[in-house]
Amino acid sequence: MPASKITKKLSSLICMALVLIPGLAFADYELNLTESVTALGKEIYDLHMLVLIICTVVCVAVFAVIIYSLINHRKSKGAKPATFHESATVEFIWTVIPFIILVIIAVPATKVLLKIEDASNPDLTIKATGWQWKWEYEYLDNGVHFFSNLDKASNDARQLGSKTDPRTVPNYLLDVDNPIVVPVNKKVRILTTANDVIHAWWVPELAVKRDAIPGFINESWFKAEKTGVYRGQCAELCGKDHGFMPIVVNVVSDSEYNDWVASQKKAMAAAKASAGKTWSKADLMKRGEEVYNASCAACHQANGQGIPGVFPGIAGSKVATGPVEGHIDIVINGKPGTAMQAFGTQLSPADSAAVITFQRNAFGNNTGDVVQPSQISR
Amino acid sequence: MSDHKPSGITRWIFTTNHKDIGTLYLWFAFIMFFVGGSMAMVIRAELLQPGMQVVDPLFFNSMTTMHGLIMVFGAVMPAMVGFANWMVPMMIGAPDMALPRMNNWSFWILPFAGTMLVSTLFMEGGGPAFGWTFYAPLSTTFAPQSTDFFIFAVHLLGFSSIMGAINIIATILNMRAPGMTLMKMPLFVWTWLITAFLLIAVMPVLAGAVTMMLTDRNFGTSFFDAAGGGDPVLFQHVFWFFGHPEVYIMILPSFGIVSQIIPTFARKQLFGYASMVYATAAIAFLSFIVWAHHMFTVGMPVAGELYFTYATVMIAVPTAVKVFNWTATMWKGSMTFETPMLWAVGFVFLFTVGGFTGLMMGVAPADFQYHDTYFIVAHFHYVLVPGAVFAIIGGIYYWIPKWTGNMYDEKLGKLHFWLSAISVNILFFPQHFIGLAGMPRRIPDYAVQFSEFNFMSSIGGFVFGATQLLFLYIVIKCIRGGEKATDQVWDNPEGLEWTIPSPAPYHTFETAPQIK
Repeated sequence: MPASKITKKLSSLICMALVLIPGLAFADYELNLTESVTALGKEIYDLHMLVLIICTVVCVAVFAVIIYSLINHRKSKGAKPATFHESATVEFIWTVIPFIILVIIAVPATKVLLKIEDASNPDLTIKATGWQWKWEYEYLDNGVHFFSNLDKASNDARQLGSKTDPRTVPNYLLDVDNPIVVPVNKKVRILTTANDVIHAWWVPELAVKRDAIPGFINESWFKAEKTGVYRGQCAELCGKDHGFMPIVVNVVSDSEYNDWVASQKKAMAAAKASAGKTWSKADLMKRGEEVYNASCAACHQANGQGIPGVFPGIAGSKVATGPVEGHIDIVINGKPGTAMQAFGTQLSPADSAAVITFQRNAFGNNTGDVVQPSQISR
Repeated sequence: MSDHKPSGITRWIFTTNHKDIGTLYLWFAFIMFFVGGSMAMVIRAELLQPGMQVVDPLFFNSMTTMHGLIMVFGAVMPAMVGFANWMVPMMIGAPDMALPRMNNWSFWILPFAGTMLVSTLFMEGGGPAFGWTFYAPLSTTFAPQSTDFFIFAVHLLGFSSIMGAINIIATILNMRAPGMTLMKMPLFVWTWLITAFLLIAVMPVLAGAVTMMLTDRNFGTSFFDAAGGGDPVLFQHVFWFFGHPEVYIMILPSFGIVSQIIPTFARKQLFGYASMVYATAAIAFLSFIVWAHHMFTVGMPVAGELYFTYATVMIAVPTAVKVFNWTATMWKGSMTFETPMLWAVGFVFLFTVGGFTGLMMGVAPADFQYHDTYFIVAHFHYVLVPGAVFAIIGGIYYWIPKWTGNMYDEKLGKLHFWLSAISVNILFFPQHFIGLAGMPRRIPDYAVQFSEFNFMSSIGGFVFGATQLLFLYIVIKCIRGGEKATDQVWDNPEGLEWTIPSPAPYHTFETAPQIK
C-alpha cells in the first residue's frame, strides 16, 4: 500500500473514532484572534500577537519568581524572614522597564491606527444602517438597496422551545437572506449609522468593527484579498434580538460583482412594476404571513400577542381592527419615539399591502378588509 | 468600662456603631452576591449549549443587566464599605466613624435601593434590559417603564456611596490616634482614603447621567437623542467618566486588603510602603483621564484614539509596581498558607492575568477587534471575581476571628479556596478564546463553533456558584462558635486592630492609643 493510501486509511479511521465521540467530532477549539483576509487585518493580527507575546513573557517571568518564592520561602521549610524593604534602585528599575515596554508597543500601534482611520479614496461605498434587528444596505455608487435579515432556518431554530438542533442548521445565526456582495481587491468604505438604537457592524475576518449610531455617520474600510463568504454579527447591545442580526459579506470577482449589481437592479425594477397589480385575498394572506414572520414577529410575536408592557399585540388591537388608513399610516411611517419602525422604506408596496391584509384578518381580527398595493403610497 | 450593647432589632435599625454598621453592610453585600450570582446561573444555563432553552432573549438581557448592576452596586461596593466601617476606625485608633448618624443613614438607604432595583424584574415590560452600562437611546426611548425605578434606585445608591465616602474621609483625616501620621497609616486605610475621593468625584457624574436620562424619557429633553439635537455618544462619555474611576473604586480597596494580608503571612514588612501609596494615587489620577478607551469604536478622531491609547497603557506602570511590591514582599519571607493568604496569593496571580488583558485592550487598533466580545467579559471578570471578590473573601477570613472571636474552620476555608480557584478559571479562561474567535458579548445564543468553550464555562460557573454556598456555611459556623481566637489571631501581625481583644469589644479606643 502506498504511503498516501495508508495515511488516508488512518485518517478515516481517526475520523470514525471521532464520530463515535460526538462531543469531540465537531469540536471547534479556536483559541486565537480570527485571522484576517485583508492586509490591514494582518497587521492588526501581528500587533495583537506582539502585545500578547510580550504580556505572556512578562507574566511567565513574574509568576516564575512568585512560584519560586512560594516553594522555597515558606516557614515549613525553615525559611527565616529577611528584613529588607524599600530600595530606590529596585523601584526605579521596575518602574522604568514597564515604561520602555509600553513605548515598544505604542510605536506599531500608532502606525496601524493611522492606517485604519484612513478611509480616503474608496473604490466603492456602502452605507450600512442598523435597525432593530436587521441591517439596511445602500450602495451609494450604483443605487442598489436592500435589507438583510437573519435567514429563516436560523430564525426558526433559535425560537425558545424549538425542536431543531442548531448543529443541524448550516451557519446557525451567521446567515442572512440578502448578503452584501463586494468585489475582491477593491477598497470598500462602509458608512455606518442607525435608525433607532446604537448597533455595531463587525466582520472579524475583514477586521472591521464600527458603531452604527443614530444621527451620526461613522466610516471604516476594508480591502479583501481573497474571495469568499465572511460572516459577522452586531457587536453592540441593541435590544431583545441583538444576537440575531448577523452580517454576511460575499467577496467575489469583478465580473460576478457586475452581474450581481445588474440582477439587483432588475429585481428592484420588477418590484416597482408590480405595485399596480391587483392581488387576490388568498395570495395577499399567504404573502402577508411570510412578511409578518420576517418583519413583525420579532416584536409583535408569531401569535400576534406582543409582549405586554414592551410591544403591543396585533390581536384585537385598535390599529389593526380600526380604519384601514390609520393602519397603513403606522406601518408605512412608523410611530416616532417608539420601537415601531417606518416600514415604507423596507417593504415593497405589495409586501406592505399583504402584511396589512394579513394582520387585519389573522389572530381573530376578522375585519374582512383587503388592502391592495395601489392603496400604499410612499 | 462596660461593654454595653443594645439588643433586639432596634440595635440594628438605630445603630450608630461602626462595627454594627460594618456588619450590616457586609451581610447586605453577601445577600446581593447571591442574588446577582443566581442571575449569573441563569445566564450560564442559557449559554450551556447553542439554541434557546431556558429564557427568552428579553429576559436574558435583563439578567445580564441586573447581574452587572447588582454585583457592582449591591455586592462589591457595599462589601468594601463594610470593611471600611469595621476596620478603618480600628486601624487608625479611632473610637468610631466621624459621622455616626450619617453612617446609619448611608447604610439604611441601601436595602430600599436594592429592593427597588430588583423589583423592576416583576413590573410589566420587565426590568432594565440594556446592559449595566445602559447606553442611550436603548435605555431612554427604547426602554421599558421600569427604567424610571432603575434611575431612582441609582440615585439612592449614589447618595449612599457619597455619604459613606464623606464619612470615611472625615474619619481618616480627623480621627487618627496621636502619632499616626498619614504615612504611618496601614495601606488599607490609604487605599480607602483615595477611593473615597474617587467616589465623591464620580458618583455625582453618574447621577447627572441618569438625571439626563430621566428628563429625556419623561420631560421632552434631547440630551441623548440626535433627532432633537442631542448626541447618544455624549451619554457614553459621561457614563465612562464615572465608569472608569468606578472600576478602581472596586479594585483599590482590594489592593489594600491584599497589602495587609501578604506581609502578615510572609512575616515580612511590605516591601515598598511609600511606592505603594504613590502607585495607588497614580492609578487614581490616571483613572480620570482614560475613560474613552471603553468606546474606541464610536468613531473618535484619530488624535483622540491615540491619546486614550497612550494614557491607558500608562496605567500598567503603577499597576506593575504594585504586583512587583507584593512579589518582593513574599520574596525571602517565611510564608505560611492559612486561608486568607491563599486568597491573597490567588488574587496576585489572577488579577495579574486580568491586568495583562487590560493592557492588550488599551491598544486601540487591536481593541477594535476585542471590543464587545467575550474577551472583554473574560478580562473584567478576571479583575472583578478573582480580583475584587477574592480580596473581599480573603479579607473576611483574615479579620473574621477579630470580629467574632472565633476561628473559622481552616479545612473548609482551604477547600473553599481551592474549589473557587479552580472553578473560576474553568469559568472565565475559555471566555478569552471564544471572544478572540468572534463571539460578541450580551447574546443569549451563539453560533455552534462556540459550543465547547461555552459548555466548559457554564460548568465552571455552576461549580463556582455552588462553592459560595460553602462560604455561607463557613461564615455562619464561625459566628456560632469554634476555636477561640487569640487577640493577635495571627503570628505577630502588624496593626492596631490586633492590639484589642477578640472579639473586638463594642466600643474600642475610647482612649486614643499613642503611636510611636
